[in-house]
Amino acid sequence: MWRLMRRGTALLGFVLCVVFACVGPAAAQSDDGTKADKDADQDRADQDHNTAGDSDSTAQTTLEGTIRLGFDRYIAGVEITVTDQAGAEIGRTATGAEGRWSIAVPDAGTYLVTLDEETLPDDLGLREGQETTVETTVFAGMARAVVFAVGETPKATPFGERFAQRAFTGLKLGLIIAMSAVGLSLIYGTTGLVNFAHGELVTFGAVIAWYFNTSWGGLNLVVAAALGLVVCGALGAGLESGLFRPLQRRRLGVFQLVVITIGLSLLGRQAIQLFFGAEPRPYIDYQVQDRWEFGPWAVTPREVATVATTAVVLAVMATTLQLSRFGKATRAVADNTDLARVAGIDVNRVALIVWTIGAMLAGLGGIFMGLDADIDPYLGFQLLLLIFAGVELGGLGTAYGAVVGSVLIGFATEISTLWISPELKLVVPLAVLILVLLLRPQGLFGVRERVG
Amino acid sequence: MMEFDVIFGNAARAAFGPEAVILALAAIGLNVHFGYTGLLNFGQVGFMLLGAYGTSVSVATFGWSLWVGIPVGLALSAVLALALGIPTLRLQAVLFAIATIAAAEILRLIIGSTDAIELTGGPLSISFDASAFYDLNPYAEGPQVRYGAGTFAFTGQQLWVITVGWTLVALAGLAVFLIVRSPWGRVLKSIREDENAARSLGKNVFAYRMQALVIGGVIAGLAGVVDAIKTSGADPNGFRPQVTFFTYTALLLGGSATCTGPVLGAILFWFLREWIESFLRQLAAEAWLPQPISDSLSGSEGVISVGVVGLALIMLVLFRPQGIVGNRTEMLIDDG
Repeated sequence: MWRLMRRGTALLGFVLCVVFACVGPAAAQSDDGTKADKDADQDRADQDHNTAGDSDSTAQTTLEGTIRLGFDRYIAGVEITVTDQAGAEIGRTATGAEGRWSIAVPDAGTYLVTLDEETLPDDLGLREGQETTVETTVFAGMARAVVFAVGETPKATPFGERFAQRAFTGLKLGLIIAMSAVGLSLIYGTTGLVNFAHGELVTFGAVIAWYFNTSWGGLNLVVAAALGLVVCGALGAGLESGLFRPLQRRRLGVFQLVVITIGLSLLGRQAIQLFFGAEPRPYIDYQVQDRWEFGPWAVTPREVATVATTAVVLAVMATTLQLSRFGKATRAVADNTDLARVAGIDVNRVALIVWTIGAMLAGLGGIFMGLDADIDPYLGFQLLLLIFAGVELGGLGTAYGAVVGSVLIGFATEISTLWISPELKLVVPLAVLILVLLLRPQGLFGVRERVG
Repeated sequence: MMEFDVIFGNAARAAFGPEAVILALAAIGLNVHFGYTGLLNFGQVGFMLLGAYGTSVSVATFGWSLWVGIPVGLALSAVLALALGIPTLRLQAVLFAIATIAAAEILRLIIGSTDAIELTGGPLSISFDASAFYDLNPYAEGPQVRYGAGTFAFTGQQLWVITVGWTLVALAGLAVFLIVRSPWGRVLKSIREDENAARSLGKNVFAYRMQALVIGGVIAGLAGVVDAIKTSGADPNGFRPQVTFFTYTALLLGGSATCTGPVLGAILFWFLREWIESFLRQLAAEAWLPQPISDSLSGSEGVISVGVVGLALIMLVLFRPQGIVGNRTEMLIDDG
């Protein structure tokens, strides 16, 4: 069994290396600055920043703001006009090099701020639902930040093309969720534990790889990722043998185990934050890449590598589960632990291997997440509810169901942005999660059990 | 020179300040859900969110009086309990937990989104004029006026908030004490112990759980209202899922399924958290801490003290699940 495990791990590492090696050389040229999915995630952060960061002028009563797309594109030369409620013009200005504008107003009160959409660059426009004129109230002596949500003009590309592009991003997200979800589902299946700290395993993988990639000698990301996976696997094995197996022996209830994983999640996230800092940070490698054009798709090599690697890893996992002795043992334990034990299966060893693989898969998911959106300590926790949604949609405890459910969740999340604002896309998987819980608690592929 | 009187003063101020009031109310509500009924509610923060935003939006956006806004906030919490409970109360414990955490996150994401800016202020947060409340302040106010000694001191306004706050905590605690020792409360506990036994005695398990969910939810909504009044507004970032986890920590620390447990727990939670933060800040001032640790102290939410909360949660469950004043036999729920 162990030998097989080792072979599986080696294969996984090999696949990872090959795919990155194929894609790596195409890197290192100019970016076109349209990392759409990255921007969407950063909208919230931007707006927080707009309110908190830009209020240094205290004595004067001002209206101010920053016009930008994501963190990397500040838009200069956008005309902003402030009028009072009667319509008289108070001031007019254009944004500076860093996209900033500031207009002093004579008094506290309510003003109308207008952005001249014509002065935005051609590829940009105001987001759907964002008016060109915003009414805002400012207090005396304060600086009030005014937010204009700027996005890429959607009209420029036809619907089919946008759909295809979103579907690809959704597939990528879904596969990443699926990798983490397989671990969560297998751990639940074999040990009955719902691991709320699974998100922190995801973050942990990304952060460890980041550490090897940047601070510690600056290893190539592929090597750093492989090392990161080893550390993740060791952590998973350590958690099972050092914490959860002894706990299981104490016959703790569901609630106690769930609360312990929540405590672990808080502890782990804060430890990561202490070590990593709260600011989002990127890897060194594969950040700036030219897009490849395939028909309607414009994809970066790193996205192709993500999809290819995750697909291969999941296929290897499925084959292992279906055909190998370890896979059969795992499915037997998941089906009925006592029967499996009576049949001579070493349940503890199965649990240990499942934890090791589960933690590695989660870590790999984190590494791929970090490749596209910068790494921050909340990376995994944000993914956790999506993982739950994927696992629940597929059917709790079923590994294949978790994969299908996760990919569907990924699609739903990304494709929803064709109609709703990207910052609301996380609502979609959560809504799906609740709907599934209501309508079909056993999930798509689960077996109906007594409920309630 | 370590100034332990300053550390102690800071910790005591946090232990009796408005944050502890809010946590105590949330924990009293959670105690009705989890402690007495055995409901694994992981979305307690959602009720607080609606309490806070119900009040803030009523006053700031619709221009209603604060005395209308507060009932609106509480009513919204009750509506959430009904909307959440009707479909999900039949789920098994862990699935109910996931459903509630998801529902609370949906609310936070929607209320905090740019699309909701005109109604709730979205990511910019919302602020309103709470002078209707502060006008009733009987304490003297002024830039130099402080009540207390050393760092354990409050301004007149703060003292007014916590006076009202602790009164509300006492009233809510008393109300819960009275209803759980009634026959109704005994049914609740019997559902927690064995819902099938309760059902076989002809009790409508679903209805009892629903009533418990609404009562606990409205008390959590009250916590949100106090939060809104304290800050004269609301910010979506203040309602992340860990608020629920902190509430569990406070409840387990004090003692679940007891009357005084949630209040004691909330006071101790904030005392210990602020003690650790304050202690570390002093160590950092003496330059006795490595750089990354002292850097982490500057953030708004103490990185280390929240980590300690996580550790405390694990230790409590493992070594003292009944908390300080609890009864161990009441903590042995296990309904898969």
